Amino acid sequence: MVFWRKKKNQKEQEQDEQDDKILHHPGEPEIEPPVEYDADISPELEQQLKEKPSDIIDDIKETPLPKSQKDSQEDSKRVSDKKDEGGWLSRLNLGLSKSSGKLEKGLASFLTGKKLDAEALEKLEEILIAADLGPKTAMMLAKEIGDSRFGKETSEEEIKQTLAERIEELLGDVAIPMEIKTPEEGPRVVLVCGVNGVGKTTTIGKLAHQLHYKMGKKVMLAAGDTFRAAAIEQLQIWADRVGCKLISKDLGSDAAALAYEAYEQAKADNVDILLIDTAGRLQNKSNLMDELGKIRRVLQKHGEALPHATLLVLDATTGQNAHSQVETFQETVDVTGLIVTKLDGSAKGGVVVSLADKFKMPIHAIGVGEQIDDLQPFRAKAFANSLVGLTES
Amino acid sequence: MFQSLSDRLGGIFDGLRGKGALREEDVNTAMREIRVALLEADVALPVVKDFIETVKEKAIGQDVIKGVNPAQQVVKIVHDEMVELLGADETELRALSAPAPAAILMVGLQGAGKTTSSAKIGRFLQEKHRKKVLMASLDVQRPAAQEQLRQLGEQTEVTTLPIIDGQTPEKIALRAMETGRKEGYDIVILDTAGRLAIDEPLMNEVKAVSKATNPVETLLVADAMTGQDAVNVAKAFDEKIGITGIMLTRVDGDARGGAAMSMRSITGKPIKLIGVGEKWSEIEAFYPDRIAGRILGMGDVVSLVEKAVETVDQEEAAQMAEKFKKGKFDFNDMLAQYKQMSKMGGMGSLMKMLPGLGKFADQIEKANVDDTIIKKQEAMILSMTMEERAKPALLNASRKRRIAEGSGSTVQELNKLIKQHAQMEKMMKRIKKMGMGGMMKQMKGLMGGKDAAMLDELEGMSEEEAMQALQEQQGGGSGLGPNPFAGGGMPTGGGFPGLGGGIGSGMGGLPGLPTRGGTKKNRKKKK
Repeated sequence: MVFWRKKKNQKEQEQDEQDDKILHHPGEPEIEPPVEYDADISPELEQQLKEKPSDIIDDIKETPLPKSQKDSQEDSKRVSDKKDEGGWLSRLNLGLSKSSGKLEKGLASFLTGKKLDAEALEKLEEILIAADLGPKTAMMLAKEIGDSRFGKETSEEEIKQTLAERIEELLGDVAIPMEIKTPEEGPRVVLVCGVNGVGKTTTIGKLAHQLHYKMGKKVMLAAGDTFRAAAIEQLQIWADRVGCKLISKDLGSDAAALAYEAYEQAKADNVDILLIDTAGRLQNKSNLMDELGKIRRVLQKHGEALPHATLLVLDATTGQNAHSQVETFQETVDVTGLIVTKLDGSAKGGVVVSLADKFKMPIHAIGVGEQIDDLQPFRAKAFANSLVGLTES
Repeated sequence: MFQSLSDRLGGIFDGLRGKGALREEDVNTAMREIRVALLEADVALPVVKDFIETVKEKAIGQDVIKGVNPAQQVVKIVHDEMVELLGADETELRALSAPAPAAILMVGLQGAGKTTSSAKIGRFLQEKHRKKVLMASLDVQRPAAQEQLRQLGEQTEVTTLPIIDGQTPEKIALRAMETGRKEGYDIVILDTAGRLAIDEPLMNEVKAVSKATNPVETLLVADAMTGQDAVNVAKAFDEKIGITGIMLTRVDGDARGGAAMSMRSITGKPIKLIGVGEKWSEIEAFYPDRIAGRILGMGDVVSLVEKAVETVDQEEAAQMAEKFKKGKFDFNDMLAQYKQMSKMGGMGSLMKMLPGLGKFADQIEKANVDDTIIKKQEAMILSMTMEERAKPALLNASRKRRIAEGSGSTVQELNKLIKQHAQMEKMMKRIKKMGMGGMMKQMKGLMGGKDAAMLDELEGMSEEEAMQALQEQQGGGSGLGPNPFAGGGMPTGGGFPGLGGGIGSGMGGLPGLPTRGGTKKNRKKKK
């Protein structure tokens, strides 16, 4: 201890020694172990050693209420406090109320006379455009309304009804719930992808909660976003909330390898559904898209059918670029369904209508908030009605 | 956007060529197309309407310029008008001139890219403006958000405020400002949680933070992909919190970015910065004319030059030049050259900025030829000992084997590298013999007028062939990657070292394109 301060003041040094003698008896046993114990265990091992809620659940062999239930109850209470009713429909209505409000206002004002004239139709088209339906779909819908009602006496209510019905018709074919049946040979694998910041990780958290808690499935998550800082930690928090197992690797490791191993692990653990998160990527970055394609290819080494579902998460705030997203992601990983997030904002989400018209791709669910049960099934009628500002009948 | 716009307009104006002035009906037809194009580009409807009116007024009655396609002429009017609309007098961050610690408050919707942008700005201010920056995350909503900023801080070497669990955003903000004052930070970046503009409680929360910290700059971070909602978002944030500027993210995506126009025109607040990639350096000032120019396919030379000046270490360059004068070129020099290149954002990003090379850059990006080869070669050089790097002649079979193993490559690949180096060295010697002037003359002779034809040729070729051909053309068939210092880029010449004389002349001096080796057969001259 004193070796390195040899050139210190002589007097001081003696004093120190004196102090030392007083403090420590020569025969005194060493209190601390001579070598500091360094566990030096790998992160993987540490993760294995850490008991997780899912382990306990495995032991019980039934699906208990997850730890987070209390939280989510509080959450829903908070939501209910904030908004009058906690039911999903009213929440959706509430979430969409801003958009429908805009549409409604527009619709209320466009019928100046009693008859539907060219000017009114143009306004109708503009309103649809402002709801992000895109110029083409808006034109098409306005033209259809015009064809059936032009020059006739009509009321706002009627126009709304017709519009809602037509939108519902367009969306009806794509409002398909996500298939969750577990195949015989192993867990059902769901790959979740999308551009940056659309809410992939949050969606996975909500999805896991629904599958686990509401449908009694055994869920496992794989932290395939090995690029963004703290993405793994974020998913870990969700996994803890839901009470399911998370497979992860270090930042910067190969996402495809992780997906491959996650499947093996999920199979060994008798998991029903494996949800794989991926890093956000812009669809025009071909190297990143190739990487996504690789995840899929590597997964397919476990079986041709893998992944059983590939979900593309879309942000409702996104404009017409959503078309490019759907197109490119479909080319790369054969997207099987969409989840539209952030519909609780002022964004209209109208792009969904033009997407449905163009790609006929199933829309499974919508995200309407940041809380754990703010993921709702996509329902064409409710969505269409909300979009045009019709109250649920 | 404009590419397809001018195609569209082409049809309308076909009958017009040489007819004198742009007629109202033609312009009206064109405006309908422009309206759809702008709407498809996600420009908000009210903005489109105003914009169309202005452009229409300007376009009607204008003389058709001889030799110019009327469609192009209208596109030019559209372009100029857009530049004017997007432009602003105040584009610099206010925090640069404010008394320390100046707070920058980052606000926006969820997933707009606030945290990443915070880190980018932090690094940008620290590197480019030599400011002492502190970052703090006030995001207590999203799981691991604070952790994310902490990790980003580590990666970008920008200090972050230590996380204390359970603090409210306002408390964290105050703590950040306090730390900023006490520890002498110039700028404190406050990263907030994503929030919806219609979420009253959360908007009030950020308002409280703003009141408590009195930020000199409140940046609205918005995604370039945002649709019609952009106007609502920008308006709501501006009205409730009072923004001073906009940062547009994901400009590197293929979204047309109409949101920029919507938000600029609705709030009147300038777009100050844009995020153009996932790397930390990929943040740029917003220049409306450059962006418009880039969209129009005119290239962005100015950005490239700025980037070069910024990344090239002048001293290092001078040292290297000194070495080159003596005709020396060893593996250390090669390594330095590669490093410099990757600092500038890799091949693809360099090429994108050069006029007329956009397509080529895409191809390169697709083939991913640039960074992998360079990385591999870098690894090989790094696996050599210092002596080997300085004296390539030392490399015998067993050393080669060791290096190949150490770098995860093969001896063949290493041989290619050595060959390439030898060729570069030979070139250096030639330069020494000829002197700089002679070299430059030769380069110019090689390039002048040939660029266009060369590029056409390149487009039709596969990636590998293209690279090969490029090198043959440039290096006089010696398969040499054009040397960065060969093309008049000597620091003494007032140019930008590392860029060579290439800026003005197309492909000129992209530093050290690695050769792909290849056999004698496909190395034959194309003539």
